[in-house]
Amino acid sequence: MTNNDKDDILRHTVSVLVDNESGVLARVIGLFSGRGYNIESLTVAETDHVENLSKITIVTSGTRQVIEQIKAQLDRLVPVRKVVDLTIDGPSVEREMALVKVAGEGEHRVEALRIADIFRARVIDSSNSSFVFEVFGKAGKVDAFIKLMEPLGLVDVSRTGVVAISRGAEGL
Amino acid sequence: MSTKEMTGSEIIIQALKDQGVDVMFGLPGGVLLPLYDALFKQNGLRHILVKHEQAAVHAAEGYARSTGKVGTVLVTSGPGATNTVTGLVDAMMDSVPLVCLTGQVPSSLIGNDAFQEADITGITRGCTKHNYLVKDVNDLGRVLHEAYYVARTGRPGPVLVDIPKDVLLSLGTYQTPGKNSAVEHKSYKPQVKGDTAAIKEAIDLIKKAKKPLFYGGGGIVNSGDAACTLFTQLVKMTGIPCSLTLMGLGAFPGSDDQFLGMMGMHGTYEANMAMHDCDVMINIGARFDDRVTGALDKFSPDSKKIHVDIDPSSINKNVVVDVPIIGDVAHVLEELIKHWKADQAQVNTKSLDKWWKQINDWRTKDSLKYTSSNKVIKPQYALERIRDLALETGKDTFYTTEVGQHQMWAAQHLCFEKPKRWMTSGGLGTMGYGFPSAMGVQVAHPDGLVVAIAGDGSFQMNLQEIATLMAYRLPVKCFILNNKFLGMVRQWQEMFHGERYSESVIEDQPDFVKLAEAYGALGLRANNPGELDDVIKQAYASDLPTIVDIRTDPEENVFPMIPSGAAHNEIILGPEDSESSENGGSVSSGVLV
Repeated sequence: MTNNDKDDILRHTVSVLVDNESGVLARVIGLFSGRGYNIESLTVAETDHVENLSKITIVTSGTRQVIEQIKAQLDRLVPVRKVVDLTIDGPSVEREMALVKVAGEGEHRVEALRIADIFRARVIDSSNSSFVFEVFGKAGKVDAFIKLMEPLGLVDVSRTGVVAISRGAEGL
Repeated sequence: MSTKEMTGSEIIIQALKDQGVDVMFGLPGGVLLPLYDALFKQNGLRHILVKHEQAAVHAAEGYARSTGKVGTVLVTSGPGATNTVTGLVDAMMDSVPLVCLTGQVPSSLIGNDAFQEADITGITRGCTKHNYLVKDVNDLGRVLHEAYYVARTGRPGPVLVDIPKDVLLSLGTYQTPGKNSAVEHKSYKPQVKGDTAAIKEAIDLIKKAKKPLFYGGGGIVNSGDAACTLFTQLVKMTGIPCSLTLMGLGAFPGSDDQFLGMMGMHGTYEANMAMHDCDVMINIGARFDDRVTGALDKFSPDSKKIHVDIDPSSINKNVVVDVPIIGDVAHVLEELIKHWKADQAQVNTKSLDKWWKQINDWRTKDSLKYTSSNKVIKPQYALERIRDLALETGKDTFYTTEVGQHQMWAAQHLCFEKPKRWMTSGGLGTMGYGFPSAMGVQVAHPDGLVVAIAGDGSFQMNLQEIATLMAYRLPVKCFILNNKFLGMVRQWQEMFHGERYSESVIEDQPDFVKLAEAYGALGLRANNPGELDDVIKQAYASDLPTIVDIRTDPEENVFPMIPSGAAHNEIILGPEDSESSENGGSVSSGVLV
């Protein structure tokens, strides 16, 4: 391992299975802010209502050593059941959804619809002067869609953040 | 497991008893009145009433570290709870098992900025191993059992349980802990047993080593007496030199010839040179703290490193290691010794002899030497007399310290033969830790000789506890090495800030003898070396809490010293070695880090 490799900033998607108890999200976020780690995206929702489990998907970045630390520190939290690094623990898929509001008239409206069609984005709200699109895909695709909407009257964006899951038959 | 209906307060008392708690340190307040009422009506659970909640936590730390048991703290909501924060961080950094019970305003008032309300679970989330807010009385028993389990297992640490007043009052079902009192936790499962392949790899490295070194830390002491015995056995049977961290002192006999002394910023020359030059470093239960490693890029550049730690997040955190072994020290060492014997493994004796020659050569520097004086009391001399006269009493002696120069001299000049006899604030460096901590040690060891080494600065941070010592007749011996300075700050100002003693001079201090007497304690003073022995003997002979004001050389500095940001082999041996530099020179950022 050369020095350069060691200091390269890597982007990792980490899946964390936690007991859905009071304060658990604050623990995870507090860990990141307290130790100076990056959060690029974070999503959380209860995924098992019987066992009261939530899954947190975190996209983070850092050197290899920092990524290892992040996983070890997460694992140290008492309500954390499992930590999986979807970037290196095997193939995985990830998706993000965004709601994109575009306001405009005439040619701009037509162009927005045309691009939405290319991105397979759907119109979920429409007025005489605006659309709200829903667009799914990898974060990069969502980024690209939003960028193309900018000159066409982009007004507002809401993004879910990345959710991810491993490929194949195995669960977390 | 049996169940029983009782009030929240009764559940707490029963749960604590079932967890083997015999004493707690606390201070009552509004929301805790139902619990203190239940405490009043029972026997068997002792309560030590402190004067300040921070002291309660440090006392519980002293109790825990000198017994290996979990310490228990009981404080009220709001300011009572927030006053524990420093102690909790201290316990977190030094891996001390504690359970801190805090009262909370009634559930219906939470979030309303009620009188004496503080979001203590929010405040302490980052400085406890785990914390709980109990909203249902029926959860209380389970949560308390879990709290003690989490505090004492794995890498130990503080756990806080916040209990609203209405939960104390309501009736609920209590569950006794299971037979072995271990909790089957859903997610918290510390790894105890080390990986056999890694252990064999470690043995292989040790066998081939030419310049091996044991680097032992507080994890050995925390793992228990068995771990210390196994560690000593391994060091003795391999003949490899051994150094210990500040937290590890006592894990290996201090008087043994294989002991090189403490390592790190104020460690011995031979320990630090050996850390720098070794080719295989065997880290058992230490965490490559910055006070040990110095500059990371120059840290032990040519060694293969083995690291045994129960906390996976300690591995590769500061220093990348070659053979990580995650597990409890006692378990790992037992396995390691078993395989070592089964393999009939041998160290490379020829190389080891050469290595020892080198080390003994370093030893001739006598790096802890100081210039003695018959006019002024050298702090090192005072510690030697405190140590030797304590030995003469024949009593089991426990030492605690505050933080600063006196702490480093104590670590250098006291000698620890056994674990759990040395309680000092290592990670957080909490001034105000030592005096109340000694109180907790004395509660746990009523017949022991408990000695608190203090500086005149840090003693004044929790001196109110003289009253508690008096109330319970706890005969702690507190020796203040009084140099009328915040000594370590002064030392850094002398060395790195052009001798500008900004706010480190404490000329105006109380008369510590009269202060002790005001509380009814014994106050003594030694002004010169001739008076010292007599004063120490008087202190040891008295059955009163004793405060001894020892007037020491005000400008004595702690050496050796590895300046912040320097490497182990850039160690400064004494004043002749160091020059005051205007702006911190090249080795220090000029702050106390």
